[in-house]
Amino acid sequence: MPLNKRLILAHLWLAFAGFAVALLLGEWQMLVRSPFHAWIGDPEWYYRSVTAHGTTMAYVLPTLLAMGLGYFIAETSLERPLIGVRWAWTGFALAVIGTVMAVVPVAIGRASVLYTFYPPLTGSPFYYIGIVLVVVGSWIWVLLLSLNLYRWKRDNRGKTVPLPMFMIVAGSYLWAWTAVGAALELLFQILPVALGLVNTVDAGLARVFFSWTLHAIVYFWLIPTYIAYYTIVPRAIGGRVFSDPMGRLAFALFLVVAMPIGIHHVFEDPEVGAGFKYLQSAFTAVVALPTFMTVFTICASVEIAARLRGGKGWFGWIGALPWRNPMMLAVAFSFVMLGFGGAGGLVNMSYQLDVTIHNTQWITGHFHLIFGGAIVIMYFAFAYDIWPHLTGRALDCHGLIRLQLWGWFVGMMVLTFPWHLVGIFGMPRRMAFYDFTDPEIARQAIPVMISVVGGAIVLLSGLLFIAILLIGHRAAAVTPPAYRYSIALHPPQRMPAVLNGFGLWVALMLALTVVNYGFPIANLLTVAGSPVPAVRVGDVK
Amino acid sequence: MTARAWLQDRWVVTSVAITAAFACAAILLGFVILPLLQGNRLYAGLWDAICSAAGVLTHSAPTPIVTGRQATTKVVLTPTMLQPADGEAIGRGATLAQNCTMCHGARGLSPADSPNLAGQYPFFLYKELKDFQSGARESGVMQPLVANLSDRDLRDLAAYYAYLPRLPGVHTGPRRPAVVIYGAPLRGIAPCGSCHGALDYKLGSAWLEEQPEVYLRTQLEAFASGARRNDIEGVMRNIARQMTPDEIAAAAKYYADTPPP
Repeated sequence: MPLNKRLILAHLWLAFAGFAVALLLGEWQMLVRSPFHAWIGDPEWYYRSVTAHGTTMAYVLPTLLAMGLGYFIAETSLERPLIGVRWAWTGFALAVIGTVMAVVPVAIGRASVLYTFYPPLTGSPFYYIGIVLVVVGSWIWVLLLSLNLYRWKRDNRGKTVPLPMFMIVAGSYLWAWTAVGAALELLFQILPVALGLVNTVDAGLARVFFSWTLHAIVYFWLIPTYIAYYTIVPRAIGGRVFSDPMGRLAFALFLVVAMPIGIHHVFEDPEVGAGFKYLQSAFTAVVALPTFMTVFTICASVEIAARLRGGKGWFGWIGALPWRNPMMLAVAFSFVMLGFGGAGGLVNMSYQLDVTIHNTQWITGHFHLIFGGAIVIMYFAFAYDIWPHLTGRALDCHGLIRLQLWGWFVGMMVLTFPWHLVGIFGMPRRMAFYDFTDPEIARQAIPVMISVVGGAIVLLSGLLFIAILLIGHRAAAVTPPAYRYSIALHPPQRMPAVLNGFGLWVALMLALTVVNYGFPIANLLTVAGSPVPAVRVGDVK
Repeated sequence: MTARAWLQDRWVVTSVAITAAFACAAILLGFVILPLLQGNRLYAGLWDAICSAAGVLTHSAPTPIVTGRQATTKVVLTPTMLQPADGEAIGRGATLAQNCTMCHGARGLSPADSPNLAGQYPFFLYKELKDFQSGARESGVMQPLVANLSDRDLRDLAAYYAYLPRLPGVHTGPRRPAVVIYGAPLRGIAPCGSCHGALDYKLGSAWLEEQPEVYLRTQLEAFASGARRNDIEGVMRNIARQMTPDEIAAAAKYYADTPPP
């Protein structure tokens, strides 16, 4: 059992508590805008709720979860005590203070700017400072993971870094560099306005900075899920990782190509040249590479498990899989949602196709399917798998766990498919009110109502997840064996130096950032007269 | 690894080469080939195409600015242009306002269907006075009255009326009209309340609660017909044109609602 159970549990519980509240808000937003409910009358409440939902789900949940899992992985995969526990608690304290600091102004209506900030909208400075604190707390985590890896390497010269540690450190580097974009936006664009030092903001430049963060952050969210695919799933279902170097290469590629592609989020913004949009679109397409490598490797790893269990034939082995094992169920659901979500993503990254769905509910549907569906369902699986090792108690309510995973999968599909559909119909996103009595949009009413039902299933499943974790705290005490990760089919004997470290990949990431973002940012910095007056939120009523 | 070993590592060389080749190919396609394939005369030449793809602003010959025959507002509002009013400004404004009492009442409240000015936003008052001066807003009564006032006079008048206590909004009707709280998204009508109070306030908008019904209705009709055109960027004209006569009447009645005697 890890020595720092309390540290890890504190991170995970803060993440999951925020998640539960944000989930409730999400379903409330679905409901009040649907034909099921009369309009609440004040759009401010809706935007306040969206801001809280987005901020919690996009920043608090994944960041705290990655931090908690990072410490868990560092301790269990390196098989030695964590270095810098006091600093880890400091990072956690910063995250807690930041979360509270950000949530309070949102709750009192002083920062209804949505989690993507949307300059020239400007809210209370406490909101932005709170988010900066969460990010600073997570940077401590990045440094600690590096330090732990460095010390381990120093003491284990010539040995291969364990796969889970390699992966989480790759994720932490991706995050560290990704967060720089939003940090630049907050510190140099938005905070001076929020603090009242200036009255204008360069919205175009700020949006370009945010796009730097906005796409790669999705891959940061994805990292724990991919770690679970590679290092937990094969072990949990009795298989082997088909290829250990393939996993490393996939993560290295994420570092390189996840970062310099965010401009597809501002395809419809005129301040970025079409050439850079094309360039980043091309790199976005390359992200398919590590994704397909992972899909192949994991399918092969799962097939090994099936054949070890006596599965035969071209497809007959699928029936031999341990379908009653929650991890098997979770990875299958996750792959289905990743497949549909990824296909939708190909539409978003295409300059021409994006025009039809830009800023429609298709986008909302897309990121809920990918993040809320494919990624978060593996967060659940990850939590279930390590919970006994954190609580020292058995978590054997497998029936409830299966029900929870089924609920999440079915709910997410019912939630997001109609969302995509109404997006194609042209339903805009980020609107507080839709007049479904108007014949022009009346046909959107039924898909929207189906979505609300899907959201309700998701909500129930999410609450069941919390309940199962709580049950885990009160179950019979056990002494779990040492935590194990998946073993490779052919454990690597000799790892190329570049796949045992990050120098090359971080260098490529930085270089590509300069190539893909350097000129657009320099160009916007030098255009005179581009700032626009800030629009303050929640000042005067 | 040493720097030398790095440069000789097969993995390093291959990875860098593939990445660089891919970036170069994408740059060539995105900045040169695709722009030139457009097949129109959008670009003066190769360099022009590259600059355009890079997002460089091109400064074409200035197009002549077409000025309409009618004046539009020239006032630019910023949140800090009116410093918090001091007692002197309010006092000066009160003296100047002696001229206004005939229509707008001794304390900024009018029984004569002229707008109530007490507690009105200073930004709005200042902008309207400036517009009367420039002719962007036309009125046979107001224009001569403000013609000879200085900029400071206008600011002080705005400060004085903003300082007076306003009437609280009272609404006796069973519910707020749809156009006030929902707007009509499909016709591009934002809710009245999202700028004029009740839901939210936007800089430069007027406080509408307890304004005379006749005044509100005639102003909306004037915006709809284009007779009044001093709204910033045509916002109110675009909205009023889309409003039905029933919606105009409902909105005016809602804001003018007075407490039962």
